[in-house]
Amino acid sequence: MDCVEQSNADAEAPSVIGRYFTRWYRADMKGKLCEDHCILQHSNRLCVVTLAETHPILQDGRAIKSINYQISNGCSRLNNKVSGKSKRGAQFLTDFAPLCRIMCSDDTEYTIYSCIRGRLLEVNENILETPNLLLEKPSTEGYIAVILPKFEESKSITENLLTREEFEAVVSKRSLSQPP
Amino acid sequence: MLPLKEKDKPIVQKLLSAGCCARCVLRFCCVSVQAAYRQAQHETLKELQTFIMEKENNKVQDSADIKPHDTESSQTVEDPPCKRAKLDPTEAVQSETDDAAMVTLKKEESSVCALCLGILQDLCGPDQAIKIVETVKSQNYEFDTLVLSVSLPAQLCVREHSCWLHVKKEVRQKGLVLDKDDVIQVKEAFKWIMQGLVTKQLEGVAVVSKSPFEVGVEFTHPDTESDCHFLAKCCPDCFKPTKNKQSVFTRMAVVKALEKISDVKFLEHYPCPPSEPSGSCTPQDIQCLHVSVFIAGRYNKFCRSLPQTPWVIDGERRMESSVEELIAAPILSAFRADGFNFSSSGREDVDVRTLGNGRPFAMELLNPHRSRFSKVEMKQVQETINKSSDKIRVRDLQIVTREAMSRMKEGEEEKTKSYTALVWTQKSIENEDISFINDIKDLTLDQKTPLRVLHRRALAIRQRVIHSMNVRFVDSHHFYLGLKTQAGTYIKEFVHGDFGRTKPNLCLLLKTDTDILELDVESVDVDWPPPIPE
Ligand SMILES: [Zn+2]
Repeated sequence: MDCVEQSNADAEAPSVIGRYFTRWYRADMKGKLCEDHCILQHSNRLCVVTLAETHPILQDGRAIKSINYQISNGCSRLNNKVSGKSKRGAQFLTDFAPLCRIMCSDDTEYTIYSCIRGRLLEVNENILETPNLLLEKPSTEGYIAVILPKFEESKSITENLLTREEFEAVVSKRSLSQPP
Repeated sequence: MLPLKEKDKPIVQKLLSAGCCARCVLRFCCVSVQAAYRQAQHETLKELQTFIMEKENNKVQDSADIKPHDTESSQTVEDPPCKRAKLDPTEAVQSETDDAAMVTLKKEESSVCALCLGILQDLCGPDQAIKIVETVKSQNYEFDTLVLSVSLPAQLCVREHSCWLHVKKEVRQKGLVLDKDDVIQVKEAFKWIMQGLVTKQLEGVAVVSKSPFEVGVEFTHPDTESDCHFLAKCCPDCFKPTKNKQSVFTRMAVVKALEKISDVKFLEHYPCPPSEPSGSCTPQDIQCLHVSVFIAGRYNKFCRSLPQTPWVIDGERRMESSVEELIAAPILSAFRADGFNFSSSGREDVDVRTLGNGRPFAMELLNPHRSRFSKVEMKQVQETINKSSDKIRVRDLQIVTREAMSRMKEGEEEKTKSYTALVWTQKSIENEDISFINDIKDLTLDQKTPLRVLHRRALAIRQRVIHSMNVRFVDSHHFYLGLKTQAGTYIKEFVHGDFGRTKPNLCLLLKTDTDILELDVESVDVDWPPPIPE
């Protein structure tokens, strides 16, 4: 009984993402199998970078050892400071700019990339304190960063990304090709 | 009789010879008797002419003047010798015969004044008054008084300055305290002449120095625009290009430059007295402008698909109407205004209703052709708005002052607002699961600028207080949440958490995902504008 009600509620569950955002994907980031990213683009052009549900970090109940926004000796995304309406001082990111490195408990390290061009507005410091947010709510509270594309590029920046349908096609093909 | 004294004689003599009109002569004699300007200009000219003929008095006066004259000239050391040389032939005119003087008079009558460029001559009289009044009447304004404003070509200041240098010595001799500021301005003389004529044409409407209704007369004189150009070379600081001015030679800039430039330098570049123009000024279209009227009231918004202001994305209209347009249309037609500026105490999203007593708003009505409305008439305007749409409703509609409008924005941060939200919970709930919310008081939130507005607002963390909340259970996944909050609290973000960027949020409090399905503003606790009893 409880179960039925639950699924019923899920069916009509409203969602902030569904209302305001479009989902875009990049599959197999930099040729690395299954390292899929999901970009949530708000109708106001702003983009939230998240892990796609298929990303290896989110599989098989893995745990996170560390999250590091220091992407090189000289550059930490935590030092990004924006000021004013015009967001002065923001770090400018290109498609393949690394945002952070995530180390899982089995010592495998993954790099999360920007996926789109734009100015870095903020990174999610909550996941530093509570890495589990990344595992439990990867598409909302476990987001990686917020990026503001240039106004004139707000449409073109997603041209190289996959739509949800295209991404689902990639994922189902992937599961077919994998050995049983 | 013109109120002129012996000491005015040399000024009159010099100016008439320099090609100035009779009224400009009066101005430089610092005559402030308005009637002197109102009399027909040829009469004035005749009187001036007769005045300078009275040689006997002149002689007597002159000898009596020798002492102060000398003191004066020794003080004006900056006068270049070239100017003095130039003045000599003019002074010679003084000693010529009556006949010669009469010839000068004839010439003056037909030519355009070198000083006012015709403004105080043929551009100033009953014909012009009729033209002004016809324009005013055709635009159908409602007014008790009017103020006449005059816009003159900037080069008039240059000519005025040149003429001042020409007769400075004589004017100062007239009275030691007299200075350039004591010369009656063209604008002033023009108004003295025209005000009475316009009043007469308008059957008694007073033309005053201060009125909400302004009638603007503008003159240009393209031929002499280049008069100003040398100033840009001498005082480049005064002529910095500005975005919205088509010419750098604004009256302000020219006046500033003339204050800075030395007499020697001025005389190097500009003739003294000014040269005779080839024609009169060109009158431009008469502009009527009524000062803005401000009105205020409160509005309800009953529709979840109505933006407060026109919603345009990529140049395309998103919704067919808006709160401000629904309110403004009947008001604009009642006040016959050209446009409006709308402001309100905060604003609600397109999908949010505003109930209760409504949200205070104010409007500036631009150039209203009608501005006086009784309380009953305002009530009628309000009725018209309310009948025109069921998406909104207006109350307390009234005329206010510009100053009172600021009360609406005052202390906006300190005000409280009440809301009702329909909340969805992911987990199944019972009344007991949510009742603890009723006991939460003064909950301080840290709200990062919501993602939905972050593209146009600065990123910041703002602290906002939810003073109290109450819940009303609906079913296992829904309840109504009432909130009383500090103004500026983002309610939607408090409910869904905005990716964890508002903390605490309702998801955290209820330990389940929550979302907001509907939001109503129940009250905006601002005590302005004052309520009007139904
Ligand atoms: Zn004149």
